[in-house]
Amino acid sequence: MHPKSRFSLAASAFLAILHRDVVITGREFVPFLLQALMQPLFFLFIFGKVLPGIGLAAGVFVAVMLPGIVALTTLLAAMQGVTLPLVLDLGFAREIDDRLLAPLPVPLVAIEKVIFAALRGMIAGSVIFPLAYWILGDRYSVRADHIGILVGMVVLTAFVGAGIGLMMGTVIKPEQISLMFTLIFTPLLFTGCTYYPWGALSNIRWFQAVTLFNPLTYAAEGLRYAMVPPIGGRNIPTLGIVWVLLAMGASIIGSVIVGTRTFRRRVVN
Amino acid sequence: MSPNANTSPAIEVRDLVKLYQKSKTNAVDGVSFEVRRGEIFGLLGPNGAGKTTTIGVLTTGVVPTSGTASIMGIDVARDPIAIKQRIAVVPQQSNLDRSLRVREILTFHAAYHSVGRKERETRADALLDELGLGERKNEKVNRYSGGMAQRLMIARALMHSPDVLFLDEPTNNLDPQSRLFLWDRIRSLNQQGLTILLTTHDMDEADRLCERIAIMDRGRILVNNTSAELKKMIPGGNALEIRVRIVDQSDGSSHQRLRDSLQALAGVSKVEEVGSGPPAAGPSAAPPPWAQRAPGAAAPAPQEEEMGIVTYRLYAENAGSLVGAAAQTVLTSGAEVRDLHLKQATLEEVFIYLTGRHLR
Repeated sequence: MHPKSRFSLAASAFLAILHRDVVITGREFVPFLLQALMQPLFFLFIFGKVLPGIGLAAGVFVAVMLPGIVALTTLLAAMQGVTLPLVLDLGFAREIDDRLLAPLPVPLVAIEKVIFAALRGMIAGSVIFPLAYWILGDRYSVRADHIGILVGMVVLTAFVGAGIGLMMGTVIKPEQISLMFTLIFTPLLFTGCTYYPWGALSNIRWFQAVTLFNPLTYAAEGLRYAMVPPIGGRNIPTLGIVWVLLAMGASIIGSVIVGTRTFRRRVVN
Repeated sequence: MSPNANTSPAIEVRDLVKLYQKSKTNAVDGVSFEVRRGEIFGLLGPNGAGKTTTIGVLTTGVVPTSGTASIMGIDVARDPIAIKQRIAVVPQQSNLDRSLRVREILTFHAAYHSVGRKERETRADALLDELGLGERKNEKVNRYSGGMAQRLMIARALMHSPDVLFLDEPTNNLDPQSRLFLWDRIRSLNQQGLTILLTTHDMDEADRLCERIAIMDRGRILVNNTSAELKKMIPGGNALEIRVRIVDQSDGSSHQRLRDSLQALAGVSKVEEVGSGPPAAGPSAAPPPWAQRAPGAAAPAPQEEEMGIVTYRLYAENAGSLVGAAAQTVLTSGAEVRDLHLKQATLEEVFIYLTGRHLR
């Protein structure tokens, strides 16, 4: 009567849930892209075109800033892909119940959210490249010899964002949404080394130390390592890539463990 | 799977206790019951009685503090995945996936349960037609009325052919027509072999649908039996009321003679005169305190003022069987029968009798 093994049941439930998310996002792909790309579009325009054009930013600035924008866009898109839906679902919509009653372990429902949100982040981050190429024109410069690292960094950044998103989504109550977004987003945004390289902060040591607590710092620095071409024959200084990988790995594992636990607590009393 | 998986009850709950964090009293406080395969079983009780928590434990959403629960012989806490394959839940409030279209809600649900593509499409169309939603299957649910959403949730629940269906307050907030439709569907699903556990605070619903009913209050099951048996719990809950007009009023004794002959009928334990003269059923009819609100308990009051009208209440184990004999007795005595009806206790009266409080 129920001949399938636990594993194949859980696997096909997992894939079906992933498929659902793909179908829904496919339907609202244009709004999704607009939401993810509006901010980077203007950043690229102002910081990459306007400021250099009026002589307020050096040419190098554009090359150093672009990885920061890729990092931020990827991370935020992934985070938003899981946080808001989860807050609403666990808070009152309860549309997730149907998936919780599918024959798979409850934490896998949370893991699926993370994987899917990470996919959204990767898409949003990847689209920055053609967008930047179009807006920046000759100022667009990305080195091609670290392409493997670049791909890996976008994937890791997306998972870092999705992991944080899961934690936030399971902790925040619907009535706290706007407050929490301000309390978490704003510091994340400005302490994440997106618009400045970490090494340049050596004059403000305490702030340099603060940025190390922000996962976005590692994402931006890792992407700088992968993207910024050598200037005057020398690579620009970034955080060591090994440290970057370790910190991002730890962030993903930590946030997913904490996030799935709180998720379980929220759905199973 | 346990060795007795094929003979075990559909649902078995033993000494179930649930104490929520931050709560001082047990939401479920030592509940035990069994539901046979193919049965419609009802948990009847006021809001906060512990019905939804009990369902929560059985559907893997609530971890019991102590006690056990099993479905089709499988322990709920030990093997939730196997449980989820065998059950379906229709919750109190809509939790339909509003990002999907109606038909997709069904097909994705089936996909979550490993139902093959072709089969889930066929089943979805069949169920949508059966539940009267076939014409609006490509819409999104936000255009659906409460009754339609409820039907859609039932269709969704059936997509993976569960063994046990949980209905939490299935017709709460529905209009009368939708209620009747749903009651019909629930009955026919049960006839097809589905075991159904439903919760309700509506005694009428419990009475019409359930083979057996457990009355819950404050986390405990007070009684658990068939509706008919529960109603017998009330002393004098089952009675025949007969209103007569005594034609011969020359002496006061015809009154007493009729009463005596009614008392002499086989099976009658007691005869009460609940009203004499018009109105037949007024305050003087003095219903027992637990029946004050009971609908249908009072005989229709006569519009015309008439002399010699008396209402007798005949208590008996099986009051229904007295109808013929009682009418015959009245006619033989030379009186006229003006009204004759069975006064049956309602489940609400049973609840009030047990708790001293009303259901709602």
